[in-house]
Amino acid sequence: MNIHEYQAKAILRRFGVPVPDGHICYNGNSAREWAKRLGPGPWVVKAQIHAGGRGKGGGVKLAKTDDEVRTIARDMLGMTLRTHQTGPEGKVVTRVLVENGCAIARELYVSLVVDRASSKLSVMASTEGGMDIEEVAAATPEKIFIETIDPLVGLTQFQCRNIAFKLGLGGKLMPKAVKLLENLYATFLACDCSMLEINPLVVTTENDLLCLDAKFGFDDNAMFRHLQIADMRDYDEEDPNEVEASQHDLSYISLNGNIGCLVNGAGLAMATMDIVKHYGGDPANFLDVGGGATIERVTEAFKIILSDKNVRGILVNIFGGIMKCDVIATGVIEAAKQVSLNVPLVVRLEGTNVERGKELLAASGLNIIAADGMADAAQKIVQAVAA
Amino acid sequence: MSVLINKETKVITQGITGATGLFHANGARDYGTQMVGGVTPGKGGTVIEGFPVFDTVRDAVEKTGATASVIYVPPPFAADSIMESVEAGIELVIAITEGIPVLDMVKVKQYLQGKKTRLIGPNCPGVITPGECKIGIMPGYIHKPGKVGVVSRSGTLTYEAVWQLTCLGLGQSTCVGIGGDPVNGTSHLDVLRMFEEDPDTEAVIMIGEIGGSAEEEAARFVKENMTKPVAGYIAGRTAPPGKRMGHAGAIIAGGKGTAAEKIAVLEECGISVAATPADMAQALMKIYRPK
Repeated sequence: MNIHEYQAKAILRRFGVPVPDGHICYNGNSAREWAKRLGPGPWVVKAQIHAGGRGKGGGVKLAKTDDEVRTIARDMLGMTLRTHQTGPEGKVVTRVLVENGCAIARELYVSLVVDRASSKLSVMASTEGGMDIEEVAAATPEKIFIETIDPLVGLTQFQCRNIAFKLGLGGKLMPKAVKLLENLYATFLACDCSMLEINPLVVTTENDLLCLDAKFGFDDNAMFRHLQIADMRDYDEEDPNEVEASQHDLSYISLNGNIGCLVNGAGLAMATMDIVKHYGGDPANFLDVGGGATIERVTEAFKIILSDKNVRGILVNIFGGIMKCDVIATGVIEAAKQVSLNVPLVVRLEGTNVERGKELLAASGLNIIAADGMADAAQKIVQAVAA
Repeated sequence: MSVLINKETKVITQGITGATGLFHANGARDYGTQMVGGVTPGKGGTVIEGFPVFDTVRDAVEKTGATASVIYVPPPFAADSIMESVEAGIELVIAITEGIPVLDMVKVKQYLQGKKTRLIGPNCPGVITPGECKIGIMPGYIHKPGKVGVVSRSGTLTYEAVWQLTCLGLGQSTCVGIGGDPVNGTSHLDVLRMFEEDPDTEAVIMIGEIGGSAEEEAARFVKENMTKPVAGYIAGRTAPPGKRMGHAGAIIAGGKGTAAEKIAVLEECGISVAATPADMAQALMKIYRPK
């Protein structure tokens, strides 16, 4: 799950991490009023969408007067912002963050991540702030500094100092840097983050530290204990089908192809996409109905796949373990009754109660192409869609 | 012979009185596994469908002599259940539960340091030694006793590989689902090492997916240390970057962990990589002649 920049900064502020004063605004007049309240200017107006690269796309602008804040905010609100992360269709800006500008002396980078290789958290820092960290890692890996955290001890002060020295934060900045890193670590733990990135972290000309941008990744598995964070989810920023699917406990990701896939198990669902592609087809989605799927869930899964207008055919690939094949078959029949199924349907069933499942489908009178094995299923759906 | 479990293994179920736990405890008992009881705090002293229930893992171990535990406890409490088993001296803990918070697992992983317990999972189908012992949620009948070891991050994809092997007449020594989470107890490499040392495993199928670099590490182990033929498959060639593909661990982050990278390393290390998930057993047959 992702959140907006203004929400990220509100969380950081709560944990004592320094961020610029700012306010979220939904129209030009309120943007101007808030600018006047925040400070004497200059201000920065920032479009709030869930994508990086906003500056290059015209989504971050500096304003010297409060009238300028209003004009910029008015222009930005309602515009479609296109960045390298939004794709060509872009995203419509519905809210802007107005915040106090600051005079920047240096730009740095700090993040916290779960390091899979060591199964621990690490702090990652770099002197190359404002850049894509992957690019820094590829071009100048010597400019990235990492401290791995012992989960039972936590981030220690000496580790914070190590990072601060590497970043050139000596003198009066040292205790500020230590405090900032400790508070970032506290934020990460308290919010069950999977990733927390401050880019850039700036040193101002007044010798202060300030987080100018913040990106949170949250662990979806832990959202049950963070209802306040879960409430920050902005459904407008997500694919409507993915939102609908998540409400039925289905794991669904929409893709650009035309073959809808309904599979049980994440690994098998990925492998099904791969084999469809291997035989020249193009998957329209990733969909894992899960091990404990009910007839209702399978029906919902079908509806979601069919609501994608690009879908020209559906492939059902089930290897029943906990999931019983007769339940899937009943779900398919039920769904076909509720929605008008006018695209080819290929079904491959294997595993628990497979015979019963095949009998149900055969007796249903539905126009179903039965398949034996994954290769046969993939070839049949690719042919059916091409025909 | 086999790895991890055999017909002597005595198993308790944590979360035995839940619908899922009970269902699979029965399934395992029907398969022939020695399911000696279960744990549900507060229900100790009762018996459910023939399984004695205990309040704590320590009690259960004392009374039943169990050496393995399988966990079906819901995600908010699962990490605690794992640690309870570790503390009680259980040798093998298999955590089936899907959806345990990653930070909980970071703690568990640290807690396991220096202890004698091996953790398999979480978010996994379990472990089966065909014909002897089944611990987990896999359908028993697709398996056949034999000499091929299978290790995988994905449940249903493991069934797929096993079924392909069985259809070719090739049985399995042990099948181990290590789970799809980013922080787990046992890696591909750990299981490969066990298969290499097991005199009754002749060949191995290793199934991986996008995300992390565990498959690459395992592949290097194969190249440097393994004498037995290994075939592999990596799921997620068509997965878009930055999206979590169902499994919490299946995500291409910052261009890292792609299927193409992994496949290249596997091939370089002499692993026979299946072009499609339908060819996993065939890929093994290219480099393996059963004795």
